Parts: sequence; C-alpha cells; structure tokens
Amino acid sequence: MPTYNLKINGSVQSIEAAEDTPLLWALRDQLDMVGTKYGCGIGQCGSCTVHVDGNAIRSCQLQISQLDGKEITTIEGLSEDGSHPVQEAWKAIDVPQCGYCQAGQIMTASAFLEKNPNPSREEIRNAMHGNICRCASYNRIENAVAMAAEKKMA
Amino acid sequence: MSSTISTKFSRRSFLRTSSLASGGMLIGFNFFTACKDTAKMPVDIAELNYNDFNAFIKISDEGMVTIFSPNPEIGQGVKTSMPMIIAEELDVPWENVNVVQGILDTQNYTRQVAGGSQSIRFGWDALRQTGATARQLLVNAAAARWGVDASECSAKQGVITNANGETLGYGEVVKEAALLQVPESEDSAIEEESKSENPEFKDEKTEGIAGNVTLKDPKDYTLIGTDVGNVDIDEIITGKPLFGLDYKVEGMVYASVLRPPAFGQVLESYDDTAAKAVTGVIDVIKIGEKAKALLAKDEVNWTAILAPTEKVVVIAENSWAAIKGKKALKAEWSDNSPLENTKAHDKILTDLLDGNEFQNMRKDGDVKKAFKQADKVVERTYESPFLPHNTMEPMNFFADVTDSKILLVGPVQTPADAAATVAEMLGRDEKDIRLEMTRMGGGFGRRLYGDFVYEAAEISDKIRKPVKMFSTREDDMMTGVYRPAIKYRIAASIKDGEVTGYHLKEAAVNGNMYGLIPNFFPAGAIENYQVDVAKYDSNISTGAWRAPYTNFLSYAEQSFLDELAEVMEKDPVQMRLDLLEKVKGTNDDRIQYSAERLQDVLKLAVEKSGYRTPKDGVYQGVCAYYCHNTHVAEVADVVMEGEQPVVKKITVAVDCGIVINPLGAKNQIEGGAIDGVGHSMYGDFVFENGMPTSNNYDKYRLIRMNESPIVETHFVKNTLSPTGLGEPTLPPAGAAVAIAMKKATGNRVYKQPFVSNMNSKPILG
Ligand code: FES
Ligand code: FES
Repeated sequence: MPTYNLKINGSVQSIEAAEDTPLLWALRDQLDMVGTKYGCGIGQCGSCTVHVDGNAIRSCQLQISQLDGKEITTIEGLSEDGSHPVQEAWKAIDVPQCGYCQAGQIMTASAFLEKNPNPSREEIRNAMHGNICRCASYNRIENAVAMAAEKKMA
Repeated sequence: MSSTISTKFSRRSFLRTSSLASGGMLIGFNFFTACKDTAKMPVDIAELNYNDFNAFIKISDEGMVTIFSPNPEIGQGVKTSMPMIIAEELDVPWENVNVVQGILDTQNYTRQVAGGSQSIRFGWDALRQTGATARQLLVNAAAARWGVDASECSAKQGVITNANGETLGYGEVVKEAALLQVPESEDSAIEEESKSENPEFKDEKTEGIAGNVTLKDPKDYTLIGTDVGNVDIDEIITGKPLFGLDYKVEGMVYASVLRPPAFGQVLESYDDTAAKAVTGVIDVIKIGEKAKALLAKDEVNWTAILAPTEKVVVIAENSWAAIKGKKALKAEWSDNSPLENTKAHDKILTDLLDGNEFQNMRKDGDVKKAFKQADKVVERTYESPFLPHNTMEPMNFFADVTDSKILLVGPVQTPADAAATVAEMLGRDEKDIRLEMTRMGGGFGRRLYGDFVYEAAEISDKIRKPVKMFSTREDDMMTGVYRPAIKYRIAASIKDGEVTGYHLKEAAVNGNMYGLIPNFFPAGAIENYQVDVAKYDSNISTGAWRAPYTNFLSYAEQSFLDELAEVMEKDPVQMRLDLLEKVKGTNDDRIQYSAERLQDVLKLAVEKSGYRTPKDGVYQGVCAYYCHNTHVAEVADVVMEGEQPVVKKITVAVDCGIVINPLGAKNQIEGGAIDGVGHSMYGDFVFENGMPTSNNYDKYRLIRMNESPIVETHFVKNTLSPTGLGEPTLPPAGAAVAIAMKKATGNRVYKQPFVSNMNSKPILG
C-alpha cells in the first residue's frame, strides 16, 4: 500500500492506505481522529467537513492521494482547547442535542466566518444549509454563528 | 398492554450506603424497585455493581459529588437533567457535581428502555428521594458530631450549619454519614406508579414529606429551573470519541453486512472473488443461521426486523475496505414472499378503510345514530408514507466474543433485551455478557431494536475477533425499521351547531395505535365517539418512530377539527376550548389528558403568537395536542414567497410540569417542532418491488437550516411533576403548518409530505 504524508493540524502525518481512501476514513481509522464524522458518504450532509487550505470541504469526497502539500484542519485542531470563537459560541448557546453533526457544523461555520466575518442572518442560513442536523438544532446553530461573528468583530 | 403495576418501596430499601476504602461515601440506589436483600454495597469505586443498583452517588472527602449512571444520552439531555434533580435535593453547587456514565450490567436493569422522553417522569420521585435522604444523612452525621439535635441544623450548598453558626462541609462528615442508619419512619413507604408498558398516566402533585426526610418545596429550588449546559459539551465541540462509531480497541476489525436489497428476499448464493481482491479485505463470511434459528423459535415482535435469511459480511482492516469489499460482492437473491409496492399499499389501506374488518378501540354512545340524525356529516381521509429514522450516526455496534466472555459496546436503547437475545442466540450465559452504552448519534426510536447488536455478536462469534459492525447510510435507509404508512378516515356529524358524533378509522401497515392513544382529545368531549383500527401485515419492517402514531394522528385530527370549525363557521380556538370544557370533571379514567391544561396551553400559544392580531401577509394555523404526558399548543406562521408557502415561525406553548433545565428543555422543544415541520413537509419514502426508492440524502429530503422556522417557546409555569419533552412537540407541528397553509393558499392538504401537494424543488446539500 502506498504511503502518504498529510499535513494535518500543523504536523505531518504519515499513513499507509489505498490511494482512493477518502480523507474521512483515513482520519477516523488510520489516524484515530474520530471527531470528523461519517453521515452519508456522498457529500450531502456535511458531517465530515474539514478545512483544506482554509476552505470547508467534505472529507468523504476527497481522496488522500489528492492532498499533497495541502493544509488540513480538523475539529481536533481548530483550537488547542476548544477556545475558537465558534466553539465558544457553541458552548455559550448550548447548541448540541445528540451532538453527532456538530463537528461538521462548527467546521463549516468557522470557514464561513473567515470569509464573511459580518454575515446577515440570511447569509448564515444559506451558508449552513449543506449541513444536516437530524435533531434539528438549527435555531441554535444559527444563533451561535451570529454570536461568534459578533465576538470576532469585537 | 395497559396494565398498572403498583409497587411499594421504602427509602431504606431502595438506597444503601458504604464507606469507600479510598475515602468518601458511596450511595447506591434504585429508581423503581427495592434493593434486593442480598444487594451488597461496594467499597471500591472500581467495583460498582449495576446488578443490584441503578445508579451510585459518591461524595468525596472534599465534598465533590460524582454520579455514576448507566443511562446513556441520545440527545434528550437526561444526562444533565437527572443529576440536576439529585444535586438540588442534596443541595450542592452544580460546579461540584460530575456525571460519569457507568457500565451497564444488563441483568437487573429495571427500566430497560434507556433515555426515552419518559426517563424524567419515571426518575423524578426516586431521584429527589435519594438526594434528600443523602442530605439528611450528612446533617445527622454533623449533628452527632456537634452533639446537637439534627432538627437544629440545616444544609445548603454543601455546607451544614448549626444553631450556633458553626459549619461543617459535606466532605468532613462523609465517614460518619456512611455508617449511619438510613433515615426512615413509619410511613416511609411511598407509592410508585410504574406503568412499564404504557406511557400514559395521570399527573401527580409534587409535594410532601417522606418520613423524616423532607423534600424541598419547589419554590425553594435553586438549581432546578435554571439553565444548565450539556455535560458533554466540551467533548462534543472538540471532537472527542463519544459515539459508538468512535469506539475502537487494539486488533479490532471492521465489518460491513450485505443484506437483502428488497424486503421479501433471501440469499441464494454469492461470489466473493472480487471482494476478496480488494486491498484491506480480510475475509468474507456468511452469518444469519443463528439469528434464523432464534427467529424460528420465538414469536417475539422483533421478528420483523430480522430478515429470515443469511447475510454476507465483509471483514476488513478498515471501514473503507469494508465498504469497497461489499460493493464488489456479487449475490443472488430469491423471493420468499411477495415484493411489495407503495402503490399497492395505497389501495390496500383504502380498501381496509372501506371495509368492515375493524378492531374497536373505544366506543362511546352511538355514532351511527348520531350520523343518521345529523344536519351534516363531514368525512375526510388523511394519508402518510413510511418514514426512515435517519439517525445521523448510522447503526453500528462493537462485539468481542471469546470463549470466556462477550463484550458488547455501542448505541442501543434496549440494552437488557439486546444482551438477553445475544445470550440466547449464541447459547451463552447472560452472566458472561457485558454491555456498555455509548453516546448515541440520535435515536428517534430506531435504537430500540437490537438487530445491529445481534449481527455484530454473530460476526464476532464466528471470527473470534473484536469487530465493529457498521452500516453505511444506504444500508441504514434501505434496511430500516420504518414508521408505518397509515391512513386515517375521520367523519363527524353536526347537529344544531354542535359536533354530535366522531368516528375515526385507522388503516395501517403492520401496527395499529395502542394503549391510551384512542382516549386522547377529542375523546371525552363528544357524546358519540368511536375509534376503530385495521391493519395489513407486510414483510417490510416497521416500528416506533419519534412520537409513535401521534406523529401523524395529530396532523389528521387537528386538521380535521380545523375544517369542522370552518364548516360550522366557528372560531377554531373557541371551538376547541368549548369541546375541552365538556371534558372537565369527567370520571372516565381512560382520559389522561387534562382539559384545563390543554386549554391553558392553547390560550398561551394564541396570546404569544399574536394570533388575534395577525400581521399582513402572515397566515397562522393553531392547534393543541396532548401526547406522551405533555400538553402542547403550537401556532405556525406561514408566508407566501411567490407561489410557495414558507413556514417562518412556530410559537410553542408547553405544559411539561416543572421545567428542570429550561436550556435543555427548549433545545428539545425546538428540535421536535422543526422535525415535525420537516417530516410533514418533505418526508417521503416509497417502495417499489420491495425496495425503497431512496437510499441517501440526495434522494431523501430532510429539513435544512434555510428551511427551518424560528421556534419560540413559552412554558406554563406550575409545580406539577415533570414530563418528557423528546416527543410531544413534534406531532402538533405538522397540524399547525397544514392549517396555516390552508389560510395561505386556500387549499387543504390531506397527504404527507405536503410538498407532494406543491410544486417544490428539493434543495440539496
Ligand atoms: S459524510 Fe461527507 S457529506 Fe455526509
Ligand atoms: S445534534 Fe443530533 S444531528 Fe445535530
């Protein structure tokens, strides 16, 4: 099996895996980073969202062979101690229900706010529509994104 | 099914104490039953024994409190709200309380269904009693130390104070407290109503003294009623392993199961050449014989979810190899029963409604006569499709079967059943089985069924390795346990401006409404009232889905009432209030809902939503519904955007008794209401030739953020016993939306999903 060197959360990780292995499964099974979640495997739910060079990307749709030289950030590396403004807002608003989708929601929200630090409610709702929350914690996700934006601006 | 079991237990017998060898005091207690005489309290924290106790509380020498409970979390906040009840009565600062999920010993776990919306209702009395008894023990110990009477001492926030103003922390007296007799008195036996099969029962007042342990007056609560965040929040937002799918041990292999593609099919043969050639695939095996044998032996209700067939399993080094290996498998299937279609079901259910083969569920007066004498009879039929659960975390389970023991780990809501079935299936002693529950990525009823546990166990039994069986989304959606397709036909007679008769008929696939559901509103309000049910037995597996039966019944009944009001030219709110007025003072003990409480939530929702003074362009639909012990009214605000009705807001008024944790409660309420809107609007699931036509989120539409209404919650404040919130706000949402859509578009919708009545393009991720 080929070996790949991936730059994840600031350090280079070496993995042996089939070349078509999606980043999602490489993270979860080979690298023991299970914060990134499997929900659909076809790019429809957003549970598996990570940052690749700062963009929110569905890791189930990305093969490890395509990631040479890219900077990957996962939920485990978003901040050292859960203190990213988006994580703090998630905590302040107590967003999660079952919690399964939330890593993906946080990764989508944090990449979005980097690009649009002062979004309208409408923009938040549209930016987040690719992430399904089966427990429907949508109101709180929306409020938390708005709160994180305010905090970042302040 | 609706039997009432009354058991008596005294506080002494449901609670025991011990002194921990490592320091601190341990309290073991049971929720619903007395401790066995043989129950032994451990003196080592590593030996917590959930065989004899449901949960433990440790109070350390520093006064820190740790609650050990095997009750898992499925997103309903029980892991937060249940410890809050103990902490309130024990009177300790919440910062000093820690919750640890214990390992379940499956043999004596009384409330087998873990984490349902009834948990709070069931645990309320026992948790308060335990907290208060522990507090009294600590006070008694401090009093003895001081040589004063315990009645001169008080406890607050972890500190005991005597009449001279001297203080002792809880931690300072735990040693003595552990040795004291657990307080009791003559009348210490308290009555606990436990209706295990039946989720409906009457309200009870929250008050009182039990023996010489005094429970707090709800008005003195300092923790209950305050906002407390999710206890797992830090782990969730930083991506720590919490869920079943995250569980992993050294040497574990991954298994992906190929099940029949259509309901009604069984395995004929398979070719695993290509699968075995996939890098990372270790082996391909066949399972199912053991489950089949069990199936043949037992007439249990999980038969429907165990297809009577062998299945092919790909064992691999990692998930991706397992998924690829399964795709490469070639299998031949044959039909052992007819392959079914939604189109055919449609006709079958209609024929059932037209026919005479009904089972009567409730009959008051004489509806036939009322219909004959009526000025007018209104009859409508409502339809709903199958629905998959679609928990965000697909079904999965870990199993490690060895000659000496069996370890099972994962998300399941019926752990004791699952373990017992595995024991029977593998011919093993239940004592050798240990089942640990993980956090669950959603339940909605799906994890009540243990099919995935049996599969994992059978695989590990065969390969004798620790294994993680996991479903892909496609497996999960196509081999599910679905909300059954149902049709309701409701007819009502009107005479002299009054509703004189009401006849509801249900035709369902596989299962009919049960228990006290036929006695929900408007039962009791109409003189001539009848509910009849009929079913068609299908080979498609069906089961509980969030708010079973009421999830659709509410929409049908409440839409119908709205239409009746229109026909009668009555205000729909006043019509409901008038009907409810007739239920007051009823001596029919099948009626579990409270007319007063339902009237109150309705009035509150009307007031808070501005229903009497609607804004231009906003169309509002109102309904009130009782189910799962909670009274709820909802108002939906719909606006037209072009040709499309759009749900903007849901105002929810809830009476769930005392609100333990408003922050968590509102989360449940918001989620339930949006889930109700989403599935009513979009949820559709069609079978063709025994096979679902959708298998993932590109073809199955779930509500997304940009389609979600804003939910505004209002509580009715009272001091009645708390009731669950996981389910009751879902059923009224679809009804409120349908009623508002009628105002917005002029058309009534009689069929779910509502988008099938509109020209709406799905918006996908
Ligand atoms: S798992 Fe990648 S988008 Fe759903
Ligand atoms: S919190 Fe359960 S899926 Fe989002």
